[in-house]
Amino acid sequence: MTAANLESMYQEIILDHYKNPHGKGLRDPFEAEVHHVNPTCGDEITLRLHVTGGKIEDISYDALGCSISQASASVLNDLVVGKTVDEAMVIHEEFLRLMQGKGQVEPDEDILEDGIAFAGVAKFPARIKCALLSWMAWKDAAAKTVAEEN
Amino acid sequence: MKGLLPDLDLVRKDFPILERTFDGGETPLVYLDSANTSQKPQIVIDTMVDHLERHNANIARAMHHLGAEATEAFEGARDTVARFLGAPERDEVIFTKNASEGLNLVANTVPLAEGDVVVTTEMEHHSNIVPWQLATQRAGATLKWFGLTDSGDLDLSNIDELITPATKIVALTWVSNMLGTINPIAEIARKAHEVGALVVVDAAQAAPVLPIDLASMAEEERPDFLVFTGHKVVGPTGIGVLWGRRAALEALPPFLGGGEMIATVTMEKSTYAPIPHKFEAGTPPIAEAVGLGAALEYLMHVGMENVHAHEQAITAYALERLATVPGVTVLGPADAAKRGGAISFELDGVHPHDVAQVLDSKGVAIRAGHHCAKPAHQRFGVQASNRMSSYLYTTPAEIDALVEGLEYVRTFFKLDK
Ligand SMILES: Cc1ncc(COP(=O)(O)O)c(C=O)c1O
Repeated sequence: MTAANLESMYQEIILDHYKNPHGKGLRDPFEAEVHHVNPTCGDEITLRLHVTGGKIEDISYDALGCSISQASASVLNDLVVGKTVDEAMVIHEEFLRLMQGKGQVEPDEDILEDGIAFAGVAKFPARIKCALLSWMAWKDAAAKTVAEEN
Repeated sequence: MKGLLPDLDLVRKDFPILERTFDGGETPLVYLDSANTSQKPQIVIDTMVDHLERHNANIARAMHHLGAEATEAFEGARDTVARFLGAPERDEVIFTKNASEGLNLVANTVPLAEGDVVVTTEMEHHSNIVPWQLATQRAGATLKWFGLTDSGDLDLSNIDELITPATKIVALTWVSNMLGTINPIAEIARKAHEVGALVVVDAAQAAPVLPIDLASMAEEERPDFLVFTGHKVVGPTGIGVLWGRRAALEALPPFLGGGEMIATVTMEKSTYAPIPHKFEAGTPPIAEAVGLGAALEYLMHVGMENVHAHEQAITAYALERLATVPGVTVLGPADAAKRGGAISFELDGVHPHDVAQVLDSKGVAIRAGHHCAKPAHQRFGVQASNRMSSYLYTTPAEIDALVEGLEYVRTFFKLDK
């Protein structure tokens, strides 16, 4: 990896989120709590989701891991708290499309905001799982709350 | 520097991959991940290619020239392994696909009953923990383990509580892949044998760096089983070794059933081939075994005493240099003489993935994560660590490159600012 690639992976935005993560910590109330692990590197997240009437009131989390996984949880929190679960799913899909796009996908900044900073990460297969850890945990928690509401 | 291989330059030339560069030739490879897998000398590559180009056939059953040549090459590799280990008998050498399969073979065949105890340690690779969890769960037996001291040694203070007449197996690593610790396997084997337990030694990290001579060990101190893996001893992947004392191997039922492992088969029942073939069902990895033979010949040619001395010199230098980097904490024994070739460390304020990624941009390859030793990490309260590991081709200049790389990591992540 060249120095230029390194800069593209570790965007300032990512490092800022890493140093000052948004919404970190576990809070009450919540309807679903999940624990996800990245088995190859051991990164972990416990994530709680609080939803009322289909609207995401809070995502709180406790996570251990690298700058990419930590920053990604912080960005997730920024992007989806205050949205409906359906709106959040659209954002999730877009983030997934970006991460699975092998660095070839032009992300939609209107949807992803700070999340577009992860475009550089998509070029590094070993790190994609780091970026997706919190998003997968969130999706799992959302599925649980939806199942419960029905 | 005392202990370095005198022909280090020549040794390095034997490993073509060490010439690799990145970024259009600007960044040379600094390979410090040999505990993960070692690089391969040209002789191993050439021997495997030659086997496939000129001698390829199935072994033991082909009635033609090539069949005879392939069988000779495969069985010749077994002789080489036996010499490398100083095995009392060449037929005690079983080819497996890696160390994990060797450990699983023993854990799946050794008789265990309710109330029996299997003892392992907190510093094992997962492949010497999980098979024993499965085996004890199946049998209703109990798994116990040696804990670790703060310095990264086995805590033997409760050895008399762990090794009792109920103990049937003591399974431990000779050299830790995370902490680097060299364990006193002779002392533990002696104790285990006093109560009639079998001793299983994971030599995956020991075989690459320690001279091993099983036959010269006192019988009470010699393990009953020992495994290692080809790809860490400059050999190919897909091949490993289980050595077992003849009587211990003969007492075990077969592991996998199939071709080559039988004496005769009827629809009702079968009788089995004698060792080693009893444990080698199906067509084995032939070219890989031949490659492993070439690898061990290479190491014996350099001399395992010399490899060990080189490893210790590099490790001592690395420990000294790492101590100069602010924020670096090394896990495991401080004394290079008590270590194998792996050094795990933390860099305060930067996650190991990020350290490894930034080092990679400088061509420096290390491992980041839990190194398949989660319990050992947990013991020291760390979720993941960085691990540099050297081998017979590692130079002091490469350690300098690592240290420079770590300084760059500190700058990149704006530590001290
Ligand atoms: C101590 C130890 N045991 C066992 C293994 C497993 O080796 P393999 O993956 O080749 O089976 C390794 C290597 O990763 C190791 O370091």
